[in-house]
Amino acid sequence: MPSALINIPKKAKRGDVIEIKTLMSHIMETGYRHTASGSVVPRDIITSFTCRFNGTEVFRADLYPAIAANPFITFFTTVTESGKFEFEWIGDKGFSETAQASITVE
Amino acid sequence: MKFAVCIALLTAMSGAALATEIPLAERRSGYSFMSADTKAMQDEDTANPGMLFVLDGEALWTRKAGGADKACADCHGDAGVSMKGVAAHYPAFEKTLGKPIDLEGRINLCRTNHQQASPFAYESRELLALSAYVAQQSRGMPIAAGTDPELAPFVDKGRELFMQRQGQLNLACANCHDDNWDKKLAGSAITQGQPTGYPLYRLEWQSLGSLQRRLRACITGIRAQAYDYGSPELVELELYLMTRAHGMPIETPAVRP
Repeated sequence: MPSALINIPKKAKRGDVIEIKTLMSHIMETGYRHTASGSVVPRDIITSFTCRFNGTEVFRADLYPAIAANPFITFFTTVTESGKFEFEWIGDKGFSETAQASITVE
Repeated sequence: MKFAVCIALLTAMSGAALATEIPLAERRSGYSFMSADTKAMQDEDTANPGMLFVLDGEALWTRKAGGADKACADCHGDAGVSMKGVAAHYPAFEKTLGKPIDLEGRINLCRTNHQQASPFAYESRELLALSAYVAQQSRGMPIAAGTDPELAPFVDKGRELFMQRQGQLNLACANCHDDNWDKKLAGSAITQGQPTGYPLYRLEWQSLGSLQRRLRACITGIRAQAYDYGSPELVELELYLMTRAHGMPIETPAVRP
């Protein structure tokens, strides 16, 4: 039951720089650990994060095993019109989650 | 007469030797020992990874389970109302068992008795999520556990365990958390061990964890045999710690390094 937390301002002025904060629930198992019996715990991480605004990609990140569990990704962008941010996390074992948030630009 | 004075003196002295407990005015949450970055992580709900578990707990609250096909919400309604302040009173005395149980124990008792479902495993995502969701409803409220007179003998037992030296390092909880909380151990702050934010997200664990997990880790750290999850000793320790932190505000879900 993965859940995401998104924090963006509800409103902004045209051309404002806004901060977007995202938190995704994921164990981020590195693939480097072993069980007590010696077998490798298979890698299970998020490999890619994308943010689109009204369909246009504004931010992308590749994730690697060194990133901690429940990745917290923040970045800045500018907004020129009202619209919708769409977030997508893709990872191992078919992991695929989306979230969205709207902003009103005045 | 002289003998009696001697005994009185000795009693006073042994009292003094034990009177290392932290004065009320000097009690500090683990939060106050943290770096500004970690504090910021706890302060903002959308940056606090413990909130991911609270969200899961909110979903579990309304999910039907067990032979009775009932959800927590079917009996308890809105957790924001029914669970407000509840966690501040745990561990609480359970009459049918004749002993105290902690919040996790209460959730599992509810599952077996009222939902006719199998209890959650200790430290399972479900149990952590539900206990975090319930405890979060008490955020900001003062800890008030252990006031029930029936709990008194168990608080005493917990206090004894806290003061009892054990393990290869021959340390009691009190040796660090009462006597040396203003110092550091290998660069990390020795805190007072005030259980204000459980279940809490430890960056070291990369997960939420219960107070019992924290206690077991500490006991292993002094190279003693840790009590099993759900053992009476751990619940008594939890109970003593909560009475020791009486009046301090609940921070669940807290973040700790």
